[in-house]
Amino acid sequence: MTAYLIRRLWQMIPTLFGVVLLVFFLFKAFGNDPAEILAGLNASQQTVEAIRTQLGLNDPWYVQLGIYFKGIATFDWGRSWATNESVAHLFATRLPATLTVMLPILVLDTLLALPIAMWVAYRRGSLGDRAIMIASTLALSISFLVYIIVGQYVFGFQLGWFPVQGWSDSVLTNLVTYVPLPVMLALLVGVAPQTRLYRTFFLDELGHDYVRTARAKGMTEKTVLFRHVLRNAMVPILTNIGLALPGIFVGSFLIEVFFSIPGLGREVILAVNRSDYPVIQALTVYLAFITMLINLAVDVLYKLVDPRVVLK
Amino acid sequence: MPPSSGPAVGMSAVLPTPGTAPANAFPLRSEGVWQAAWKRLRKDRLGMVSMAIVALFVLMIVLTATGLVAKGWQREVGVPSAPPTFLGPAAATESAAALAPTGPVADISAVDPLAPRYAEWAERAAKYKTVETPKAETLPFGGDRVGRDVLSKAMKGTQTSVFVGLMGAIVATLIGTVLGALGGFFGGKVGDFLEWLYSVFTSIPDILLILSFAVIFGRGIGSVAMILALVGWTGLYRQVRAEFIKHSTRDYVRSAEAIGASTTSRMFRHILPNVSHVILVRMSLLVVGFIKYEVILSYLGLGVGVEDVSWGTMLAEAQSELILGNWWQLVAATVFMAVFVTAFSLMTDALRDALDPKLRGLE
Repeated sequence: MTAYLIRRLWQMIPTLFGVVLLVFFLFKAFGNDPAEILAGLNASQQTVEAIRTQLGLNDPWYVQLGIYFKGIATFDWGRSWATNESVAHLFATRLPATLTVMLPILVLDTLLALPIAMWVAYRRGSLGDRAIMIASTLALSISFLVYIIVGQYVFGFQLGWFPVQGWSDSVLTNLVTYVPLPVMLALLVGVAPQTRLYRTFFLDELGHDYVRTARAKGMTEKTVLFRHVLRNAMVPILTNIGLALPGIFVGSFLIEVFFSIPGLGREVILAVNRSDYPVIQALTVYLAFITMLINLAVDVLYKLVDPRVVLK
Repeated sequence: MPPSSGPAVGMSAVLPTPGTAPANAFPLRSEGVWQAAWKRLRKDRLGMVSMAIVALFVLMIVLTATGLVAKGWQREVGVPSAPPTFLGPAAATESAAALAPTGPVADISAVDPLAPRYAEWAERAAKYKTVETPKAETLPFGGDRVGRDVLSKAMKGTQTSVFVGLMGAIVATLIGTVLGALGGFFGGKVGDFLEWLYSVFTSIPDILLILSFAVIFGRGIGSVAMILALVGWTGLYRQVRAEFIKHSTRDYVRSAEAIGASTTSRMFRHILPNVSHVILVRMSLLVVGFIKYEVILSYLGLGVGVEDVSWGTMLAEAQSELILGNWWQLVAATVFMAVFVTAFSLMTDALRDALDPKLRGLE
């Protein structure tokens, strides 16, 4: 296991190297001149020149790349051009808000979709089964934007059940007051397709011989479903959750923009609008790294769920 | 399976020809992938209906692209926020007009320094003809904030959104197919390099990659399509690569090699037609995904330019209109998008079932 972990971590290095190269050259080759963005519209030539020297933009590209790598290795991501806030501080202060919204969505999505999927897979072809399939096709055909626009209008503005948007410093207030509406809207869109996906996993397992054997032994349906089918279906389900995990760091950006939640996703959009290169670059590299780590964690988790899986 | 033959080949074998065996003779060639798929597709009623709806949309897009329909979507033909015709004109606002001045009109021309030039200005103003275009009180499906016809906008927006999705998907398919073919067929150093490229692109979350590209490429229909293509090729690459690995050792490819077919010929004339159905299905999945991304990007102001209209820009305008109770733009954009996306997804499902029956029911 240790050897496996070390090898996987070792294999990450070229990929991570590639991500850094991609991000570096993308902005270097195609981006606008950072000095001119920083100096603003009414800057004199001297100011632009001074900023260029300060940022080291007059150095050859390999020196700049070296500095860039050094920054990444020492976790010194630099400072935001727009607010002069250090990027590390930006992560630390924005991440909690993102997690406050996204964790409930992920957990509730899974907890709601699992039993429904199991039920519809068990009663395959019934009315409920077909209703779920139609609902998921319809739910996916309308843009999430529409759900948010209408949801805010109906529940926030017309009915007044929830505040239209807002955020506070207390986690509890956030969870009770500000989080329910975005979470509800996300579930409205997410649960049906999730159910549809899990349903196929369950269907796959229900067709196996061991289910027939278990029934033949005289086990109750409950035991068959929960002790045999569920445990086997957990493998693809866990993969799916693992794949969704990196998304919770940034996937919420639409929700965060609409509901004025000061999270990482909104910060990305702000950075994009301000051409704030250090923030975008750092976030991209950082999230790529997290994604790789999570994928590794999911692979290890397989082993725990299913002892037959051999890690190689 | 051999590459598909035209229908004419199969037909001639069935037609009785003098001197040979009658109608029940063996066909010269078995039916091709596409012919068999078409037969299966014809039986899928839901698939055919959704295909017809997509065809209608394509017709509408062609009409708007050639300027026959919705050409004047930018003209302000109605009063601001004109309601749909079936609702009737908007009620007059309550705010009373400014009170007319009372009392006698005083002649101040003696002290007015501009008085001597009024006659000259009036004369010069008369030289210009101004045409007062009457603004419609209501429009078929309402007007937006400045009085543009929502229905025309929705049609023009359909053209933009679908074009971006389709264009992006085609470019992504080209990238993915060429890279996948190279990686799968050659393997070795080339394959390793492409696998590395793939792992780099997939390790960055899609939306972040899209936003990073958006910062660099700026706005516009072309750049959005390009951004989506550069981000979306990975899934297709992976599948094409797997197919090429599988096919490159098959007998028909080896036979082709034995008779001296070049590498390019084996890759693109022999293997490609046999995996084209996989590519087509993947591409239609990309179209739907890209259309949704375009809508989000345009909403955020990172998508199409200000002089264009798309479903995303319509939704962005609709948000502030909804608070005033003007729901029609939101509904128009949503309905157009929902109908197209649903029909297109169902068509893709039907295509997949028809082209690759092994995948049926496997999601």
